[in-house]
Amino acid sequence: MRVIKKIGEWFDHRLQLAAPIREAAGHPVPRNTASWFYVFGSAALTVFLLQLVTGILLALIYVPSAGEAWNSLQALNHQVALGWFIRAMHGWGSNFMVAIVLIHMVQVFLFGAYKFPRELTWIIGVLLLLMTLGMAFSGQVLRFDQDAYWGLGIGASIASRVPILGPLIVKLMLGGPIIAGATLSRFFALHVFVIPGLLIGFVSLHVLMVLKLGINEWPMPGRIVKRATYEAEYHALTSKDGEPFVPYAIWKDMFFAAFIILAVAACAYYLGPFGPTGQPDPTIIQTAPKPDYFFLWLYALLSLLPPSLETPFLLIGPVLVIVGLLLLPFLSGEGEKSWKRRPIAVITVLLIAITLGTFTRMAQFTPWSPHMSAWSGDPVPDRYIHGTTALERQGALVFQVKQCRNCHSIGDSGGQRGPALDSVAVRLTQDQLIRQVIQGGGNMPAYGNNLSPAETTALVAFLETLHPATQNPARNAARDVVVSESKPKPATQP
Amino acid sequence: MTTNPVIAPSSDRTLSRRGFLMKLGILFNGLAAMVVAVPIVRFLLSSVSRGQAKGYLSWVPLGDVTNFPQGQTRMATFRNPLVMPTDGKTVDTACWVRRISGDQFQVFAINCAHLGCPVRWFPQSGLFMCPCHGGAYYRDGSRASGPPERGLFQYPHKIENGVLTIDAGQLPTPGDPVAKLTSEKLPCA
Repeated sequence: MRVIKKIGEWFDHRLQLAAPIREAAGHPVPRNTASWFYVFGSAALTVFLLQLVTGILLALIYVPSAGEAWNSLQALNHQVALGWFIRAMHGWGSNFMVAIVLIHMVQVFLFGAYKFPRELTWIIGVLLLLMTLGMAFSGQVLRFDQDAYWGLGIGASIASRVPILGPLIVKLMLGGPIIAGATLSRFFALHVFVIPGLLIGFVSLHVLMVLKLGINEWPMPGRIVKRATYEAEYHALTSKDGEPFVPYAIWKDMFFAAFIILAVAACAYYLGPFGPTGQPDPTIIQTAPKPDYFFLWLYALLSLLPPSLETPFLLIGPVLVIVGLLLLPFLSGEGEKSWKRRPIAVITVLLIAITLGTFTRMAQFTPWSPHMSAWSGDPVPDRYIHGTTALERQGALVFQVKQCRNCHSIGDSGGQRGPALDSVAVRLTQDQLIRQVIQGGGNMPAYGNNLSPAETTALVAFLETLHPATQNPARNAARDVVVSESKPKPATQP
Repeated sequence: MTTNPVIAPSSDRTLSRRGFLMKLGILFNGLAAMVVAVPIVRFLLSSVSRGQAKGYLSWVPLGDVTNFPQGQTRMATFRNPLVMPTDGKTVDTACWVRRISGDQFQVFAINCAHLGCPVRWFPQSGLFMCPCHGGAYYRDGSRASGPPERGLFQYPHKIENGVLTIDAGQLPTPGDPVAKLTSEKLPCA
């Protein structure tokens, strides 16, 4: 023991770190902040460190070359002992990271922790969020598969819409005119050197400020923050009702950190690594690229926005959000901290959470995407054919062959891009069906050039059979009159 | 008894020798930074055009004209004119070739004009469909439905010695379609 102490003293005589560390560990924190609500910041730091370790381990095998990356991922998954597990830890770690950072942010927002004097801590936190999302996107690119390749195309298509500078930004982003080797290399540099370097620096500042300014006290309704008096009040609170951070509060952080590490490991073990999907070969076009879960909401948004609103929304929306987040501590740097007295803050969080959650959920089953093989893969259900005429059956064939099924479901299979047609005959009359098929409209292509009159007649005859047994098909009463009047009337008896 | 030399308190106006040297040092470092910054910035910007007037575009062959039957649309692949050693398969690009009749062709980019996903051709319904957000185009490349705001991107093409060639080399995007719009109406079959 004495030897260890001696060695320790030898080092500290030179490093002189023991005193500041002891001071940081023992700094008083308000009693009620030793709460399970206050563990998300340290959990984010824990996952970040875990990502650093697993990231370095992956870099031992991974090759950042467009020609080799996919093969090296396959080697990690199948050849290198436990390579799959390290990949899975890194992939799940990134999902946890984004989730924990968002939860941490919501907690900080609802507890008013961004108010005076912690404005800069919040601003750096916003930058850390952006860097985390940058890591998430660039990490998805490094998993250089079909999704990564076409995902880069989506990124380029969005970036190209910036006025004037768009084409320049695209070439800077791709490292050339197309998605190729240089693209992967620069995303590797971003993911492995640039953003992690910035993250380490900003995380250090973020933690340093928490130590210097003190952890946000538990917000009490009615305890108003004022610039003139807050710091004295906080000092009084910690000296009167404070406890040393270690061990009074830290044990909860430690328990939660260990829990999160185990949760990441459990997800990795039971659910495995992400991909890679197909090879990044641009000539293989049988693919429907999809982003990782933290960008699914954006995928949904891009298909649901009206086309004319898309570009302004994409270019102005993020700027407004980021500027809003950065300005928040200056717009409401004083005042009430407790969420119990900040209904608009609570509603804002709920609204954003519900919106993002709904979009994410929708993007999991993509009702807006045509089912590319429904026309040849999903047969017309028997019950729709039973007892039909030859013409109607021919119409069912036309319905399949012309790929109507890719966008319209019947019998609960097929695309959901357009409305389900199980009861279309109730909604549209014969004339309306013909018009819709030939002219399209309402987000449906016109088929006039691709259907012969015979095919149209057959198709519409089939569509007219699509109605529930208990409901009559729609009919145009005026048309009935015309038809009946044009028929020769039976001769009346004198 | 020796007297220490009196050091005059330096005011803002006077410049001491050390102060001058420090400022000179800052200036010298600024100069060094500029000398190094020029090649760094030029290196970073080299991906923009490589100084060529026409950028990255050049004529590449798609194959013999006879490979493309009249009245049909077929997929063709070509190798990007600029190839770097680490590109792997990414330099091979697909496109859709429509032979209207005789020497009349249309060559469409594989990328949807919405967000660049690969569109697929369905000859039975005469439509290009995008798997991502459901954009659809008619056989002449014009927009049929869905989120795209325009028709498919087209490559300029010509026929040289019976070989169909296109002017390609850059990913077409909504903000930089490279080639002309498909707005000109071609006879739609």
